[in-house]
Amino acid sequence: MWKDATVNEPVSSQQAKPAPSHQAPSHQAPSHQAPAPQGLSLRGITKRFGSLTANDGIDLDIVPGRIHCLLGENGAGKSTLMNQLYGLLDPDEGEIFIDGTPQKFANPKQSMAAGIGMVHQHFMLVDVFTVAENLVLGREQGPFGTLDMRSARRTVIELSERYNMAVSPDSVIENLPVGVQQRVEILKALANDAKYLIFDEPTAVLTPQEIDELMAVMTSLRDEGRAIVFITHKLREVRAIADDITVIRRGAVVGQPPRDASEQELAELMVGRSVSLKVAKQAPRLGDTRLVVDHISVADDAGTVVVDDASFEVKGGEIVCIAGVQGNGQTELAEVLLGLLPVLHGEVTLDGRSLTRLKPKEVLRAGVGFVPEDRQHDGFVGTFSVAENLVLNQIEEFSRGGMLDLGRISANAEQKVQEFDIRTQSISLPVNSLSGGNQQKVVLARELSRPLSLLVASQPTRGVDVGAIEFLHKRIVEERDGGTAVVIVSTELEEVESLADRIAVMNKGRIVGIVPAGTPRDVLGLMMAGIPHDEAVAATRATPADPNQEDA
Amino acid sequence: MSNPRLPRPDEVPGDVPAPDRDSTPPQIVTPQQAPQEMTVTSVLNEPTADAPTDQIAAAQEVHLATTESRENRTARLSTGVLLALMGLVLLRLIFATHGKATFALSDALVPQAERLPDIVLPGVPLVVVATVVMLAAALAFLFGRRLPGWVRGVAGAGAATALVIGFITWAAAGRPLPFQVSNQLAGTLVFATPLVFGALAGVLCERSGVVNVAIEGQMLTAAFTATLVGAVTKSVTAMLVGAVLAGVLMAAVLALFTIKYIVDQVVIGVVINLFASGLTAFLFKAIMAPKPQLNEAPLMERIPIPVLSDIPFLGEVLFRQTWLVYLAFVSVAVVSFLLYRTKWGLRVRAVGEHPQAADTVGISVTATRWSAVLVGGVFAGLGGAFFPASTGLFNDDITVGNGFIALAAVIMGRWKPILAACMALFFGFLQQLGSQVQTLGTPINSQWLILLPYFATIIAVAGLVGRVRAPASDGIPYVKA
Repeated sequence: MWKDATVNEPVSSQQAKPAPSHQAPSHQAPSHQAPAPQGLSLRGITKRFGSLTANDGIDLDIVPGRIHCLLGENGAGKSTLMNQLYGLLDPDEGEIFIDGTPQKFANPKQSMAAGIGMVHQHFMLVDVFTVAENLVLGREQGPFGTLDMRSARRTVIELSERYNMAVSPDSVIENLPVGVQQRVEILKALANDAKYLIFDEPTAVLTPQEIDELMAVMTSLRDEGRAIVFITHKLREVRAIADDITVIRRGAVVGQPPRDASEQELAELMVGRSVSLKVAKQAPRLGDTRLVVDHISVADDAGTVVVDDASFEVKGGEIVCIAGVQGNGQTELAEVLLGLLPVLHGEVTLDGRSLTRLKPKEVLRAGVGFVPEDRQHDGFVGTFSVAENLVLNQIEEFSRGGMLDLGRISANAEQKVQEFDIRTQSISLPVNSLSGGNQQKVVLARELSRPLSLLVASQPTRGVDVGAIEFLHKRIVEERDGGTAVVIVSTELEEVESLADRIAVMNKGRIVGIVPAGTPRDVLGLMMAGIPHDEAVAATRATPADPNQEDA
Repeated sequence: MSNPRLPRPDEVPGDVPAPDRDSTPPQIVTPQQAPQEMTVTSVLNEPTADAPTDQIAAAQEVHLATTESRENRTARLSTGVLLALMGLVLLRLIFATHGKATFALSDALVPQAERLPDIVLPGVPLVVVATVVMLAAALAFLFGRRLPGWVRGVAGAGAATALVIGFITWAAAGRPLPFQVSNQLAGTLVFATPLVFGALAGVLCERSGVVNVAIEGQMLTAAFTATLVGAVTKSVTAMLVGAVLAGVLMAAVLALFTIKYIVDQVVIGVVINLFASGLTAFLFKAIMAPKPQLNEAPLMERIPIPVLSDIPFLGEVLFRQTWLVYLAFVSVAVVSFLLYRTKWGLRVRAVGEHPQAADTVGISVTATRWSAVLVGGVFAGLGGAFFPASTGLFNDDITVGNGFIALAAVIMGRWKPILAACMALFFGFLQQLGSQVQTLGTPINSQWLILLPYFATIIAVAGLVGRVRAPASDGIPYVKA
């Protein structure tokens, strides 16, 4: 479904194109064989940070005219590998070859000179600069050290016409949507005429439509003869576009499956054990309406209305997902539910009781559990132990006469570590030392340890490995089945699809519509761009119908 | 279930009265107030069957509706209260104003024949007008939530003018001596000179991402060096060169600790200030006290610029100044050009905003920051030279906080060279006003008048500036991953 629904163009162009003349790399992980005569070859790249081996003897061949997917979980070492290729890190061991000649990249300038370009996950763009200024930064033109902005602007227009990526040279980056910012980032690499383009998790911040556009861009760059490295942990995208696949786990290459490998195979290779990709979920048993959000509006510090007249209801035993591209007011909406932000107007009621004027502590008392979006920042105290973090919100309950009851805190921690499968060597280790998935389990375990009327979870599985996602989703569904009203804020459509009973789509602070689970992805995608449901449905019908559309 | 689309604000008839935490009227932007924002959304919502992604691309820039945030509201109301208080002060001054106020357009030293006539105005009506303007401005801020921004800007400017004119009128009314207008303005330029240099030093440093609270220390060291070099060589040029070297040297200390050793930038700045103060005081005692001839710097001459200095009034104000004053204002243009029109400037700004982005395109963050801090040191040095060049000698802590006022000018000037220079002029104006009003012989204690610019700094930085946006990486050291 994904393949046909989203990347018609790349797939067909792939078929139309004769098989690439370059030799494809072997599908077996080779042990330091000679570098390929053409293209970019990594041989035995090893990088250690203290006791951690981030990259362990990695071999990789990147061939012009092909898209090479680097698949791996968060923390598997993909970005570390690419940062060495881009001259941001020095490899401890191993060599980099271009067309068979060994290369040394001490800094990005040298790797750029060798034809390597990178589209960074966190865009390397100066927010307050214009597109043109960002594009020429580092390779400015002009006589006697002066800056020739006219030629810079011309360069932007030329590049944007040549690669058919619309950007205006004078737009200031921070005013542009993320998808357009990414275009600038790509053009920046192309301005340097990069032959090897590395895309580091490029789809994380995009709407489905923007992802389609990006895939089309990547395909056309490939067809021009450039080599593309596409780093991702999203299986569908790999299946849709990869010519070659390399899977990395714990810093080492674990396999180079063929491009028609199934998602299940890829996932197992990536995680190292069998995983179930879908949450087993019964139809919801709806109770009474518990949460009522009534015409809520919120402004940020600058006075921008970030949540604009949002209304929805959640029943007991129901999961409502708030979908939308990052930065469309979902974060603020979640924070309002907890009383972290003042509302301009509107009312939030839980089981008939108004939460609008309550302080966060009182909201928690009222039976609200909250998993914040940025767990490092808001979810726990990183230097506190696992045991301490597990009782952060119930210190009164776990103390006697103003003294912490350490015995009960440890007992509680032992029990939660067991119940939530938190992988830690000891409950007295700081939470900072755990992996992202285990950190999130600590947060969820703490929030679920009280009887809840409402659970609000923002990006519950961001930066979490596939194995932990499975577990976290299962626990959230269990909480729903216990009669709790659940609100999930997520920018990942996969997560929305697997958890939601109903989906509220937000765009520019407004709820564009509330649709049932099973609404097709492309409709959701258009709604995320602000197009109302009916029109989105009409628009997707108007485009060539997809016979395999399972939801339509 | 198929289309549970919610009513949008433009479909809701009129303003819906809604509970608000501050019991103020609802602050939602209604369609009438913000037609542009609505258009943007409605364009997006236009149904088009073909190529829906084009719509997304078309809406390139994100514009959200805005309303007044709590912070803006607080800023508006506190400004209003401040203006109202000043209005009350002016109201009180009406009853303390007697007789006519005389404003002299020419300096008393100008020969009688060339002098411009004095302007004599009745005191009370002028103060009354000032009071009315001030109170009107206060009302505009207090109750003008819906007024467009430029109206408030005009009100603020009017209030400032009213305050100055009302105050001067009261001070000058009924006094035997006239208020010297040309003197006031020419003096503003003089007092502003070290502030302008200091502010430029701060702007350059901070635009590159290094917080510079050490401007005072840089200027003080430069002032001492300038005095010593000037006394030995009797040459103004040598004196300036010495000052610049000292300023750059102190800047190098700042760069070394902030860029290479990643010491907390504010702490090291404070330490540099204390070090400079202690060092110059020690050397002053050790070298200059026993040999007073080493504390005799050459004074800078006023250089009338041919032709221009003969323009009535303006010539006297602008074009009969010392080299250093001219240099200060040329420097503003130079720094502005450097920052916005050169490759180096683009890199300095990039490094101060997003050093990693600069690094990934092959720009050395460290070298760029070093260069910006050192070039800043040149201007701090020139600012330091101002003091011995205008008094002819060095004293303990001769810079008397000018470096800190320059820092305030940097912040109020939003890290922009021209705006920062304007702020420096504002502080220079207040300093000159304090000394002018003293000579008129007002009942105000002269100590209070000396405090005037510092008071204004506190009010301006705390109250009127509000939240400003510093370069994103100002004060954050860059450490490669």
